[in-house]
Amino acid sequence: MGNKQTIFTSQQLDAYQDCTYFTRKEILRLFHRYRDLAPQLVPLDYKNQPEVRLPYELIGSMPELKDNPFRQRIAEVFSEDGEGNMTLDDFLDMFSVLSEMAPRDLKAYYAFKIYDFNNDDFICKSDLEKTLNKLTRNELTEDEVRMVCEKVMDEADLDNDGRLSLEDFQHMIVRAPDFLSTFHIRI
Amino acid sequence: MPRHKLIASESDVSIEVDEGKDNEFSLYYVEVEENSKGGKEKQATRDGKRRRARNGEVSRRRASEKRTTNMANKRAEKKHEKHHKTTRKEGERHRKRQRRRIADEEEAEEESSKEKKNIKNERTKTLKLEDEKEKDVKKKRKKHVKNQEDDANPGKTKQKDCQDVPLKEKKKKRKKPETTSESESQSESQSESNSDSEAKDNQAVGVLGSLTPEELEKLKEAVDERKKLITTIKGKPWPMKKKLVILRESQEFVEKYEGALGKGKGRKLYAYKVLMMKKWMKFERDLENFKTACIPWEMKIKEIESHFGSSVASYFIFLRWMYGINMILFGLTFGLVMVPEALMGKPYGSMPRKTVPREEEASAMNFAVLWDFGGYAKYSVLFYGYYNNQRAIGWLKFRMPLSYFLVGVGTVAYSYMVVIRTMARNANEEGGGDDTSFNFSWKTFTSWDYLIGNPETADNKFASITTSFKEAIVEEQESRKDDNIHLTRFLRVLANFLVLCCLAGSGYLIYFVVRRSQKFALEGLENYGWWERNEVNMVMSLLGMFCPMLFDVISTLENYHPRIALQWQLGRIFALFLGNLYTFIIALMDAIQLKRAEEEIVKKNMTIWQANLYNGTVPDNSTAPPITVHPADVPRGPCWETMVGQEFVRLIISDTMTTYITLLIGDFIRAVLVRFLNNCWCWDLEYGFPSYSEFDVSGNVLGLIFNQGMIWMGAFYAPCLPALNLLRLHVSMYLQCWAVMCCNVPQERVFKASGSNNFYMAMLLVILFLSTLPAIYTIVSFPPSFDCGPFSGKNRMFDVIQETLETDFPAWFGKVFSYASNPGLVLPFLLLLVLAIYYLQSTSKTYKRVNMELKKKLQTQNEENKKKNKLAALKAANELEQARKAGEQRSNSASDLGVNEESSSLDEAGHHRQAGQNGRLIHPSQSQHAQSSEPPVSSTHTTTRPPASRSHTASGHLPGHPQQPQKNSHSNRR
Repeated sequence: MGNKQTIFTSQQLDAYQDCTYFTRKEILRLFHRYRDLAPQLVPLDYKNQPEVRLPYELIGSMPELKDNPFRQRIAEVFSEDGEGNMTLDDFLDMFSVLSEMAPRDLKAYYAFKIYDFNNDDFICKSDLEKTLNKLTRNELTEDEVRMVCEKVMDEADLDNDGRLSLEDFQHMIVRAPDFLSTFHIRI
Repeated sequence: MPRHKLIASESDVSIEVDEGKDNEFSLYYVEVEENSKGGKEKQATRDGKRRRARNGEVSRRRASEKRTTNMANKRAEKKHEKHHKTTRKEGERHRKRQRRRIADEEEAEEESSKEKKNIKNERTKTLKLEDEKEKDVKKKRKKHVKNQEDDANPGKTKQKDCQDVPLKEKKKKRKKPETTSESESQSESQSESNSDSEAKDNQAVGVLGSLTPEELEKLKEAVDERKKLITTIKGKPWPMKKKLVILRESQEFVEKYEGALGKGKGRKLYAYKVLMMKKWMKFERDLENFKTACIPWEMKIKEIESHFGSSVASYFIFLRWMYGINMILFGLTFGLVMVPEALMGKPYGSMPRKTVPREEEASAMNFAVLWDFGGYAKYSVLFYGYYNNQRAIGWLKFRMPLSYFLVGVGTVAYSYMVVIRTMARNANEEGGGDDTSFNFSWKTFTSWDYLIGNPETADNKFASITTSFKEAIVEEQESRKDDNIHLTRFLRVLANFLVLCCLAGSGYLIYFVVRRSQKFALEGLENYGWWERNEVNMVMSLLGMFCPMLFDVISTLENYHPRIALQWQLGRIFALFLGNLYTFIIALMDAIQLKRAEEEIVKKNMTIWQANLYNGTVPDNSTAPPITVHPADVPRGPCWETMVGQEFVRLIISDTMTTYITLLIGDFIRAVLVRFLNNCWCWDLEYGFPSYSEFDVSGNVLGLIFNQGMIWMGAFYAPCLPALNLLRLHVSMYLQCWAVMCCNVPQERVFKASGSNNFYMAMLLVILFLSTLPAIYTIVSFPPSFDCGPFSGKNRMFDVIQETLETDFPAWFGKVFSYASNPGLVLPFLLLLVLAIYYLQSTSKTYKRVNMELKKKLQTQNEENKKKNKLAALKAANELEQARKAGEQRSNSASDLGVNEESSSLDEAGHHRQAGQNGRLIHPSQSQHAQSSEPPVSSTHTTTRPPASRSHTASGHLPGHPQQPQKNSHSNRR
C-alpha cells in the first residue's frame, strides 16, 4: 500500500475509517469518484477541509444513482442542507450507509427517512403514494394505489394512527428477507 | 439545536442536564485534563514565562496558583496582540483544540458563580502539590502514553505565539464551546446520571485532589464509554460532520484520561497496555485494509451488479467463493502431497510404478495421449499410482502415505466445515424471512434493487414490480379462480411424467455408454476413434446441456408461478445431474471390479515371471546381487485408483470444454449473428425470435455445484484435480464476466437473489455428502492395488493410521486409542451426540414458538396502548376544555409563557425519541423503556414546570398549566 496520497492527512483518513464502513483504499476511491463529478470544483487537497458542495444535478447523474427512482430523496436525506447538494462528508456518509457492511438498523433508519417524502418523521399515505408511483412509474391506477396503501397500513401500522412511525417501519423492515440485499449500493 | 439533538440521541437513560450543569462538566473536564497532564501543564508555564519575558508584560495578578483560571484571558490577550505572525499548518489541529479549551474556560468563567471560583482556586492549589509529588511518575507516563501530546506540545508553544484573524477566532469561540460542552455533558451524564450536582462538585474536587478508587472507576467508565462510542460511531445515524467532531472529542478524551487510570505501579503497566492496544488496533485496521484489497474481481462484480441486478451478481459472488475454497483445497494437496513427492520422493524412472511401461513408451509423449491424461501424465505426481508406499521420504522423514490419507480426509472435512459455517451465517443474516404478514409493505419498501445502475435493467425492474403489484392485488381481491383445474392437473401430471421419462432415458443412456466403453477398453482402445474413447464424457455433457432446455419446454405446460416454476426447474436439473453422476459412478464401480479381477491375474503372473527371472539366470543363490531389470519392463497391475482418477479428470476437462463452447456458441455467436444480421433480415432479430440470450443463473450455479461435487469425489485419486478446477474457475470467471457483459441482456423476469443463496448452499451440501459417499465407500471396502499408490501392500487404505500409531507414537498412546475406539465407548458417544442434537433442536423450536408468542403479545399490547391513548386523549381534551374555560379568566401572559416552553420541550422530546430509537432493534422491553423514560426527560429541561406524571393517563395535569395534558398524551401516542 502506497503512502503517496496527498489528499488527506493520515488522521483524516483514520477518522473517516472510524466514521464509515470503508477501508482506506475505498475512501480514496470514493474521493476520486466524487472529484470526477466536477474536477474543476473539487480540489485535490482536502487537508484543510475546503467547503465544497456539489449540486444535486451532478450527484444524481452518477451511474449508481441515475436509474434509481428515489435518487432525489437519497441525496436530500444525506445532504447537510437537505436540498441534495453534497459535500464530500455527505457523500461518504451516503455510501457508507448504503454499503454492504452497514448494519440493518442503520439502513432501516435511513430507508425510513428516504421514504418519508415530506420530512415529518412519519410515513403517511401521501408518502406511500409517492413511493408507489415512483416504483411503478405511475403504471398503477388510483384505485390500485389506494388499495396498496391501505394494505400497507393494515400490515405495518401497529398503533393504528394511520401513518407509519419509525418503529413501525423498523419492525416491518427488519423482517424483510431482501432488504439487506437490495438496499445497498456497491461503489 | 444540535446540542439538543446530541443529548437526546446519546442516551435515553436519563438526561438531567441543564445549563448550569453543563458548565460544571466543562469545568470539570478542563481541570481534570490539566491534572492528568501535569507535565504538559508545566511546559505551558514555561511557555508562559518565556512569553512574558519576551513581551515584557509581567503581571503580578497572574501568580502561579491562579494561572489555571486566568490562562484563558492571558492567551486571548496574547492573541489579540500578536496576530501578525503567520500560522503553521501542522499546528492547525492543536490550535483548534487549544482554542476550544480556551473558549471553554472563558465560558466557564463567565457563567460559573464565585463560590465555584473559590473552590477552583483551592483545587488548583492541591493540584500543584499533587503535581510536584507525582512529577516523576508523570514524566514516565508521559513518555509512554503521551507520545502524541509530546509531539503536540512544540506545535502548541508556537501556536500560542501565532494567531489567526480575530474574526475567525470569534467564530470558533461561538461555535466550539457548544460542541465541547455538549459532548462533555453527554459523556458525564452517561456515566453519572444518577448523582446530583453536589456529588459531582465533590467528585470534581476529589479528582483534582487525589484520584480515589470510586472516581477512578467512574473515570474508567467514562473512558470505556468513549471507547465504545469510537468503535460504534460508524453505526450512528448522524451526519458526518458531527461524527467527526464527536470522534475527535472522544479520542482526545480517551487519550487524556487513559493515562490517569491505574494507580501506583499498575499505572505504568496500564499505560503500556494502552499503548499496545493502540498498536494492535492500528495493526488490525491495516490487516483489514489489506484483506479487502486482496478480494479479487470486486470491480468486475460491481459492474455486473449494476448492469444485471443482484441475482446475476450473486452467481459471480458464488463463483468467487468457490474459487476461494478451491484455493485452500489446492494449497493442501499441492503443498502436502504433490510437492513433497516431487521433491523428496524417488525420481521418475526409479521404480516400476514411476515409469511408463515399455509398450506405451512410443506414444507416451503424443499430444492426444497427454490430453487424455495417459502416457507421461499418468505416471506423474498428478495421479495416485505414482506415489510410493515408502513410510518416510527425504531428509525431513516426511510421512508420505499418512500425509496423503490425511489430506484426503482433510479436504472433505474442510469443505464440510466451510459449507455448514456459511449456511449458518446466511441463516443468521436472513433473519425471520418466513413471516408473510408484511407482503405489501415489503413489496413497497424493499422491491427496488438499489444496485441497479443500467437503464435497461431499471426498465425491466419497473415492469416486474408493477406486475408483481398487480398480481398481488388480484390475488388479494379474489382467491384466484382456477378456470380449468382438471386440465391444469392433467398437464402437470403429464409434465412430470415426461420429465421422469427424460431422467430415466438419460440414466439408461449413460449406463449403456459406460458399459460399451468398458467393452471397448477390454478390446483395446487403439482400434477406435476419438468419439469412442470420449463417448461417456461427451454423452454426459450433452445430456447436461440439452435436458435442461427440454425441461424448460416441458415446464411451460404446467403454468406455475414463475418462482415455483424456477424451483421445479432447479429440482429437475438437480435430479438429472445427480442421476447422471450416480450412473457414472455405478458404472465406474463395475470397472473397478473388472480391474481388480485383472489385478489378481497379473499378481499370479507376476510370481511366475519373477520365478522365471531368477530360475533362468542364477539358481537360487541368495548372496548373488539381484538382477536388475529396467523398471519399464516389469509387469504391473492395472491400478484401478489411477483409472478412477483419470476418469474424473477427463470428465472435468470435457465438462469445462462444453461449458466454454456453449458459452461461445450459445451466447457469443448468437449475439454476433443477431447484431449483424438484423439489418438484412425479414423480422426484427433483436426483439423477435432468437434475440440475445439471458444469463441463466440457476443453470450456471448448478453446473458449478456439480463440478465441485466431481472434484470432491475424484480428488483422492487424482491430487491434480483441485489445481485443474482452480484453473477452470479462474478462466470461467473472466470468460463469463466478459460474456455476460458483451452478449447477454438483463433478465426479463428479475428474480431476487434472496434466499436462493442458502438454497444453493443446501444443494452444495447435499452434493458434498453424496460425492463423499462413493469415495469413502471405495476407500473403506476395496483393498488398494498391490503395486501402485502410497498404500500398496496394505490390506486397507486406512491401515496407514494404525501403522503410524504403532510405530511413531509411544505404546500407551496406541493403547489409549484402541480403548477409545472400541464400540463400547463409541456407541455411547454417538448416542450422546444424537441426544445433544435432539435437545438443541427442540430448544430452538421452543425459542421459535416463544418468539411467535412474544410477537403476538406485542401486537395486542400495541393495540391496547392505542386504545388507552385514545381514551386518554379524549379525556385530556375534555379537561383541557374545562381548564381553558377556567384559565381564560386568569392571566394571559402566564399561559403564553407556558405555551412557548411547552413547544420547545416537545421539540426536544421528539428529537430524543426519534434519535433514541434508531440504531437498534425494537424490542418490547426497550420500547417500553423508552416510553416510560420519556416524560421525565421532557420535564427536566424546563425548570419552571413540575415533573410530568409517568402514567399513561393524563391524571397528573395541573390546572395552572393548561397545555400539559395535551402534551403528555401526545408523547405517549407516538
